[in-house]
Amino acid sequence: MSASFRTAAGGRIDRTKRLSFSFDGVAYSGHPGDTLASALLANGVRLMARSFKYHRPRGVVTAGSEEPNALVTVIRDDGRTTPNLAATTVELYDGLVAVSQNRWPSLKWDVGALNGLAAPIFVSGFYYKTFMWPRSFWKKVYEPQIRAAAGFGEAPKAADPDRYVNRFAHCDVLVIGAGPAGLAAAGAAAEAGARVILCDENPEFGGSLLTDASATIDGEPGAAWVAAVVADLAARPNVTLLTRTTAFGWYQDNMVGLLERVTDHLADPPTPLPRERLWQVRAKRAVIAAGALERPLVFPENDRPGIMLADAARTYLSRHGVAAGSRAVVFTATDAAYAAALAAKAAGVNVVLVADLRREASPAAEAARASGIRVDLATTIEATSGGRSVESVRLARIAPNGSVSPGETVACDLVLHSAGFTPTVHLYSQSRGKLRWDDARGVFLPGEPHEDVTCAGACNGAETLAACLDQGHAAGAAAARAAGGAEVAPRTCAASGLSIEIGGHLGEVPHGRDASRVKCFVDLQHDVTAKDVRLAVREGFRSIELVKRFTTTGMATDQGKASNMNALAVAAAAMGLDVPEVGLTSFRRPYTPVSFGAFAGVNRGDLFDPIRRTPSHEAAAALGAPFEDVGLWKRAWWFPRGDEDRHAAVARECRTVRESVGVFDASTLGKIEVVGPDAAEFLNRMYVNPFLKLGVGKCRYGILCRDDGFVYDDGVVGRIAADRFHVTTTTGGAPRVLAMMEDYLQTEWPELDVWLTSTTEQWAVVAVQGPKAREVIAPLVEGVDLAAAAFPHMSVAECRIMGLPGRLFRVSFTGELGFELNVPATYGAALWDALLARALDLGGCAYGTEAMHVLRAEKGYVIVGQDTDGTLTPADAGLGWAVGKAKADFVGKAGMARPDLTGPHRKEIVGLLPDDPKCVLEEGAQITAEAYPAKGTHALGHVTSAYWSENVGRGIALAMIEGGRSRMGTKLHVPMPTGPITVTVVDPVFWDKEGKRLDG
Amino acid sequence: MADLTALPARVEDFAGLAPLDHGSRFTAAPLVPATRFVFRGREAAIEAATAAFGLALPRTACRAAETADRAALWLGPDEWLLLAPDGEGEAIAAAFREIAAPHSLVDVSHRNTGLDLSGSEVAAVLNAGCPLDLHLAAFPVGMCTRTLFAKAEIVLWRRAVDRFRLECWRSFAPYVHGVIADAALEYTDEG
Amino acid sequence: MLLITCPWCGPRPEIEFAARGEAHVARAAPDADGEAIAAALYLRSNTRGLLAERWRHVYGCGRYFNAVRHTVTDKFVATWRVGESRPDLGGEGTR
Repeated sequence: MSASFRTAAGGRIDRTKRLSFSFDGVAYSGHPGDTLASALLANGVRLMARSFKYHRPRGVVTAGSEEPNALVTVIRDDGRTTPNLAATTVELYDGLVAVSQNRWPSLKWDVGALNGLAAPIFVSGFYYKTFMWPRSFWKKVYEPQIRAAAGFGEAPKAADPDRYVNRFAHCDVLVIGAGPAGLAAAGAAAEAGARVILCDENPEFGGSLLTDASATIDGEPGAAWVAAVVADLAARPNVTLLTRTTAFGWYQDNMVGLLERVTDHLADPPTPLPRERLWQVRAKRAVIAAGALERPLVFPENDRPGIMLADAARTYLSRHGVAAGSRAVVFTATDAAYAAALAAKAAGVNVVLVADLRREASPAAEAARASGIRVDLATTIEATSGGRSVESVRLARIAPNGSVSPGETVACDLVLHSAGFTPTVHLYSQSRGKLRWDDARGVFLPGEPHEDVTCAGACNGAETLAACLDQGHAAGAAAARAAGGAEVAPRTCAASGLSIEIGGHLGEVPHGRDASRVKCFVDLQHDVTAKDVRLAVREGFRSIELVKRFTTTGMATDQGKASNMNALAVAAAAMGLDVPEVGLTSFRRPYTPVSFGAFAGVNRGDLFDPIRRTPSHEAAAALGAPFEDVGLWKRAWWFPRGDEDRHAAVARECRTVRESVGVFDASTLGKIEVVGPDAAEFLNRMYVNPFLKLGVGKCRYGILCRDDGFVYDDGVVGRIAADRFHVTTTTGGAPRVLAMMEDYLQTEWPELDVWLTSTTEQWAVVAVQGPKAREVIAPLVEGVDLAAAAFPHMSVAECRIMGLPGRLFRVSFTGELGFELNVPATYGAALWDALLARALDLGGCAYGTEAMHVLRAEKGYVIVGQDTDGTLTPADAGLGWAVGKAKADFVGKAGMARPDLTGPHRKEIVGLLPDDPKCVLEEGAQITAEAYPAKGTHALGHVTSAYWSENVGRGIALAMIEGGRSRMGTKLHVPMPTGPITVTVVDPVFWDKEGKRLDG
Repeated sequence: MADLTALPARVEDFAGLAPLDHGSRFTAAPLVPATRFVFRGREAAIEAATAAFGLALPRTACRAAETADRAALWLGPDEWLLLAPDGEGEAIAAAFREIAAPHSLVDVSHRNTGLDLSGSEVAAVLNAGCPLDLHLAAFPVGMCTRTLFAKAEIVLWRRAVDRFRLECWRSFAPYVHGVIADAALEYTDEG
Repeated sequence: MLLITCPWCGPRPEIEFAARGEAHVARAAPDADGEAIAAALYLRSNTRGLLAERWRHVYGCGRYFNAVRHTVTDKFVATWRVGESRPDLGGEGTR
C-alpha cells in the first residue's frame, strides 16, 4: 500500500529514512517521528480497532494519550507483548509489529460485531439486569461467557524479561508538561537557581509549539524558541529533563509518580537500559502545565473511522505530514476547528464545508469564507454513513427556535469535529486541589490548592500563547522563590500563534433523530451513548459516580479523558440540573496506564524480598538440606541421608537426638543485648517473669505479653553481668519485640538507665542437644566447668569457644541435655563444621527445624505463634507458673486479670492422642464433642501442632481447647472429610514427664 | 583442644559477592573487616566517651566525626555507631569499662558489613533504593543516618562528594548487593 | 507518601516511620477495673480533624515522638520529642 496520505512536505518527521512495520500482518512503512497512528493514517489505514461492546469498526480519534479507540498490541516476543497501547503514543521503530484487538477472526470481519445487531438489548445496566436469573447460572454460564468476551487485548504468555527500575528524586520545582507554559515555568525556576525536574509524556518538548508554524515568541519562531529554551535548560546542572515521561499520580506532600519509558521507542534496546523507570519525585513545589484536551462533539453515529477531532487532524498534518483523508467536512462549536480546516485546505484536502453550530459568524468563520471555504452556520450533523470508513454525513439546519430540519447529504471520507477544549485538571485534582466551575466557559478550573502546587497555561484556562507563557513564567518564578530560590523578574512575552477556546459546547448536539434509538457516542471505548446516560438517570441514579458505574462511561483504559465532560452534561440535562450541581467523578490515578513491571521494579525473583541466610547456610546446603522460609530467613528443614525421604530423615534425627546427640543451627533466633544498671528492673517490668533476683550466670525462660495480657513472644533471658542481659526472642518476633521494648523504654519508663541493642546477627548460634551434648562441646570450650553441678541447666557463661570470645548457654528446647554456643557470626560456619564433625564421630547428626518442632512437641513446649494465636494468656498456654504474681506491675498484668480472661470457658493448651496411634492429625483441624456434630455446632478448639513422634511411637498433637485441662482423659472428635477421628485429651508432655533427661 | 589454626581469616559478607567495578561512574568495594560498637548512654557517659574513644561523639543529628582510623556516627540522640580497625575491640571495650556513668557498649563488629561506594553516579545508584535526597545541600559530606535501601535497613555515611559508606546487617548483604548491581547496570560503560 | 518531620532528623519520607496510634493514652494501672483497662487498650477517639499521634522514626534515629496530624487533610501540624511539651496549636482542640 502506498503512502498516499503523506503530504508532500512538512512535519517533524525524517523523510530521508524509512521504517518498516506491520499491522495485523500487513507490511507498511513510515518515518522516524511517526507514531503508529500517524504511519497507519499515512498508509491509508483508518480501521484500527473494534469497540468494546458492539465491536463497531473504529479509527483513530485523537493524536495523544487520551485516545479512546485505536488500542493495539505491540509484540516484540512472547514476553515482550504489550496490549492496550494507544497507537497515538506508540513511536514507530524499524520492525515494529502491532496487531489489532477485540476482533475475531479479523479486524475487517468480526463476529462480535453481531452484538451491534442486538444493540437494543445491550442497554446500560444490561449485565446487572439480565444475568441475575437463574441464580445458579451465574457461576457456570454467565461469568465464563462474559469473561471470554470481556477485556481488551491479551496478557503476554511468557514472563516479562525486561528490567524496570526505581529512582527516588527530589527537586525544588517539578514542572509537569513541556508546552509553552511548562517550558516558561521551568526556565524561570531554573534561572532562580532552583533544582528543577521537567517532564513531558511526549518524545520531544514543545507541546503545541511543535504543531503551530505560525507561532512567534519575542520575534522568534515558536520552534526556535523551544530549541533555545531546551538547550539552556539542558546545560544547567540544576535541571533534569525527562521526555517520554508521564506524571501519572499525585501522592501526599507533593510526591509525584512519573513513568519514564526508556526503551519502548527503540528498535533494538541496549541491554543495560531498563525498559521503564519509575520516578518517585518529592517536589517542594510543583507547576502543572498539562494543557487542555479537545472535547468531541456528541452527534449521531459519531464513531465511524475517519471521524476525528479537528485539532488531532491538524496535529497529524503539522507534526507528521499526514492528511487523514481527502474530502473533509468540519463540524465545530468553536473557532479552534477553523485552524484545522485551513491547514487541511492548505495541505490539499478538499474541505467541503464547515458546519458551525453557532448562529453568528465569528471572525474565524469569516476568514475561512474569505479563503474559499464554505461555512454553514446554525448547522449540525444528524447522521453519518459508512462501514470501515465514513462515507457521508447528513447536515441539518437548526432554526432559531431550536427545531432541526434535515438538509443535504455530503460525501466525505473525513469528519473533523471540535466542541472546544477541556483543561487537563486530572493531576491537580489528584493532588486534592479544589476545582471551581467557570460558568461562562462551562469548564472546571483549578481552584484552592491542597498541596504546594500551581497550574499554568491551558490547564489553568489560558487560551492564547502569550497567556500560557506569562502564566508559566510567573508560576515557575513563584515556585522557585517559595522553594528558597532567587527572585526572578516578572516577564511578559510578545507572542502570537494559534489560540484555543477553553470550554465550548457540552453534551449532545441538536439533531432531528429519535433520541431513544440513535447512537450518539459519549464514551467511544466503552460504547456508551447519550441515550445510555439518560437511561441511567431514568432508572433513578442521581449520583454521577453511580451513573458512571451503571453505564461504565469513563471507566475504560482512557478513563474518559475525552468523554467525561460530555457524559456529565448529558446526565445533568437529564436531571434538569446544572453541571456543577451534579458534580464530578473522581480523577483517579494513574493518569495513563502504568505497567505492573514499573511498580514491581527490582522487587521480583531473588530480589522480591531480602533472603536471609545464616553463616552455616552453605554447609547445610552442601548436606542436601531443604530450607524452610521463616520470616525472611532460610532455615535448614532436615538433613536427608542417602535416599531418605522427609519422614525418614525427621524420624532418624528425632531418634538420634534422644539417643545420642544432634546439632542444630539456631542463629536466626532474635537477640537483644540489654545493658545498664536498670537492666534487671526493665526486664522485670517487661516480662511476666520476675528478673530482679536472677543471678549472674543464670538464665530464665521469659514470656512477653502485650498490655492486653496475651502472650506475644518468648525466649531465654541470660544474665551475663549485673548490668548486662542476653535476651533471645523467636525468629520471627525479633524486630517487633525490640520495637515494643524501645516503646516502653522511651515512652513509659524513660528514667530507666538501660539501653537495647540488636545482636541477632552478631552471634552465630549452634544448639547441641542430646545425652552426648557435653561430650561434643567439651573440646571446643575454654573457661567453663561443664560439670552438671558447676554449670547446671539454665546457666550461661562468657567463655572462649574455639578460641573466640563466645557465650555458652545450657538450655534445652528438646528436653535433653542441651547447650547453645554463640560465637561471632563470621565464624559461624567454622563452629558448625567443628560441632557437626564431633557429633558425627559420636554417632550424632545434624537436625533441622522439623525435628526441632517434633522434639519440642514431645515435651509439650509451645511455639508462640503456632500453638498460640494472640488470644491466649500465659495461663491459657499452660505457662501460668512463669508469671511473677508478687510483682507490682509488668506489661500485661492488668490485662490478663480481666474477669473474662479467667474461668472455665478459656481455651487451654492440652495434648491430644488419636485413638489410632498411626494417625497424625491435621494442624488447624476443628475439635468437637460429638463425632458427627450438627451443622453450626460450636467447635471446642483446634489442633495447633501435630506430628508423627518416632520417640513416642505414635501420632501426637497439641491443641487449644475450651476448658482443656478439665477434660483430661475425655474423648473428643476431630471431624474430617474422610470421617471423624476420635482423640483423647492428655497432658501435653509426651516424653520424660519427670524432666530427668535435662540434667543429662 | 580444638585446632584454632583451623579458623578462617576474618572476611566480611560483602567480600564474598561479585565485585561491582564500573570505573569512575560507579564502584562498590567491600570494606576491610572493622571493629564496630553501638554506644548508648546519657550526657555524662557521652562526655566520658570522648576520652575513651579518642574522638568527640558528634552531638549534631545525623553527623559523623572521624579521626585517621576511627569514626563515630550519630544514629540517634543517645546512640552512636563506633568504627575502628579490626582487632581494636578489646582495647576499646576496656577503655569504656572505665566510664563510671551508666551507658551501654555492645560489640556489633560481626553484625554489620560494609561497602565503599564511589563514582560520579553513586547518588543515582543509591537513589534506586534509598528514599532520601542525596543532593549535597541535603546530604552533605559528613552526614550519616540510618535509612532504607529498598527493603533493607542500612546506615549511610557520605565520606566525600562522590563517596559513601553503606553498612547493613550481614544477612542482608546479598540482597543489598543485588539491588545495587541492578541499579548500576546502566552505568557500566565509561562516559 | 507523607513527608514527616522527625523532631531529631528533620523531614523524612513516610516509609522510614512506623505509626503507633493515638497519643496520650495512659497504660492501665495494675489494679485497674475493666472499664479503665478497656479504655487503655481498645477505646480510641477516631477523631475527624486534628489528632495527637505517636510515631516512631524506626528507620532513622529510632525515636518515638508525638505528632498532631489532621485526619482529613492528612497534613502534620506539629511533631515534638517525647518529654517536650506540646506546641501551642492556636487553641485547636484535640485529645
